[in-house]
Amino acid sequence: MDEHVIHRHNHGIDPVLDAWGWEIPVYLFLGGLVAGLMVIAGMRLLLARPRVRQPMVCWTAGPWIALALLSVGMLALFLDLSHKACVWRLYLTFQVTSPMSWGAWILLAVYPALAANALLHLPVALPALTSRFPVLRRVSDRLLARPRVVLAIALANIVLGVGLGVYTGLLLGTLGARPLWASAVLGPLFLFSGLSTAAALLHAILVLSSPAGERPAFADFLIARLTRWPQATPPAGEETGFAQAPDPARLCSRSPLQPRALRVESEAPELLQADNSFLTVEAALLGTFLLGHTTASAVHRQAADLLLTGPYAAVFWVFVVGLGLLLPLTLQHFELQHRIRHTLAPSLLVLLGGLVLRFVFVQAGQASHWAATALH
Amino acid sequence: MARYVMAIDTRRCVGCMDCVVACKTENDVPEGFNRDWITETVRGEFPSLGLEIRSERCNHCAHPPCVDCCPTGASHVHERGGVVLVEGDKCIGCKACIAACPYDARYVHPDGHVDKCTFCIHRVEQGLLPACVSVCPTRCMHFGDAEDPHSDVSRLLATRPHHTILPEAGTEPRVHYLT
Repeated sequence: MDEHVIHRHNHGIDPVLDAWGWEIPVYLFLGGLVAGLMVIAGMRLLLARPRVRQPMVCWTAGPWIALALLSVGMLALFLDLSHKACVWRLYLTFQVTSPMSWGAWILLAVYPALAANALLHLPVALPALTSRFPVLRRVSDRLLARPRVVLAIALANIVLGVGLGVYTGLLLGTLGARPLWASAVLGPLFLFSGLSTAAALLHAILVLSSPAGERPAFADFLIARLTRWPQATPPAGEETGFAQAPDPARLCSRSPLQPRALRVESEAPELLQADNSFLTVEAALLGTFLLGHTTASAVHRQAADLLLTGPYAAVFWVFVVGLGLLLPLTLQHFELQHRIRHTLAPSLLVLLGGLVLRFVFVQAGQASHWAATALH
Repeated sequence: MARYVMAIDTRRCVGCMDCVVACKTENDVPEGFNRDWITETVRGEFPSLGLEIRSERCNHCAHPPCVDCCPTGASHVHERGGVVLVEGDKCIGCKACIAACPYDARYVHPDGHVDKCTFCIHRVEQGLLPACVSVCPTRCMHFGDAEDPHSDVSRLLATRPHHTILPEAGTEPRVHYLT
């Protein structure tokens, strides 16, 4: 017998650590999502090196959505702080051993990188804005005309995106006091989870913005009931866009959320393929993480049991593994084989799985403890 | 250079909590929180059971993970004695240090910043003992410089068997328990 009785009851510490609530999982999810959007846009920019603007959703809608989501994520992070008046202290120092300090400075660099990428495709993404402010179009044209600048923007988005994605995992992974988090695999795991959710989000935007007759019923329901996007219905004659050559003038006068059907046809399979690859790597990393814990010390085994058989097992197996990984992998596989239509379902499942993954890891990690074997 | 440590005689400690009350009084610890506390551990198989009562607090580790993860430098190692302290004005309340501490020795003060045991450094700098040590009725708590071979704690640690809490966490705690 080895029984401990602790005469202490500090709020937020006892009986189980509850330092981080909903804000941190939401921030980690949105941070990973933004990281994925940056890497996908950057990689595509690096590989394509476009000399003319193309209405790819990862270049048009992607950077703007990333900027918005990053701001929401940083708001969540700010809300979590218990000494908010001192938040500016983050930017008076750089603590090399602190992942949170690295993250704070990376987040500061992410904004200009995203803004540069958004500016590059601004005339396609927001034509009304460039018509109103022609200087923006001139700046955008000058950026696009310089291959080295395009290359620099691509590399900045890739490097900072990878840094941001890995940081969201290492933020937990370096806190060795919580055995569940004590793994370097969390960095790449959260990065690939971010990549898969980003590809899913872009695919969802494509599906939602496809012509009315080709949208799945659930997408129609969402548009009609929730978003009320009148632009989602294409102008008459747009349905023939598959066979027509793209008209740059028309492309440039269209919102990123109102793309041609041509884009759905060309981009959607690529995004699904990318998403399936990211999900496969994520599943492998999750397996590696669990294997590492279950073959380590008793404390680490007990921490892994919180996910495998313990109080978080139902949520982990159902929402993270089943609905968040395996089901979307299967659905997207059939969509790629043209055996079923492109639907919103796998994208929404991947996004749900990514969010629940962060919640489960943050909560279960706080419940894991070095003294756990002695306490129970 | 001084290296402050604490040595607590578990054979003498009766768990009276005088140390807890003294700490709360001396450091104005808010209601509902503790910088130090009593832990009772029962080991063995009936009827051969052993009870160890310990007065626990921040271990002022030689390798403090709370200091490593602090993004603003608010958690730092004091130049005198290697005591781990939190500078309230620098702390943003991110709680990374709370998650990083294997001893759960930190908490969020109602004012927003993170708070913990300071080894009563304000008293030590005046030549006094920490409040908890000075009030202990069984004289089970000893505080001093481990680098000074003539200090009370150096003599005790050299002559008595002792252990620390969760040494497997690799933080090298500086609160030792004499057995």
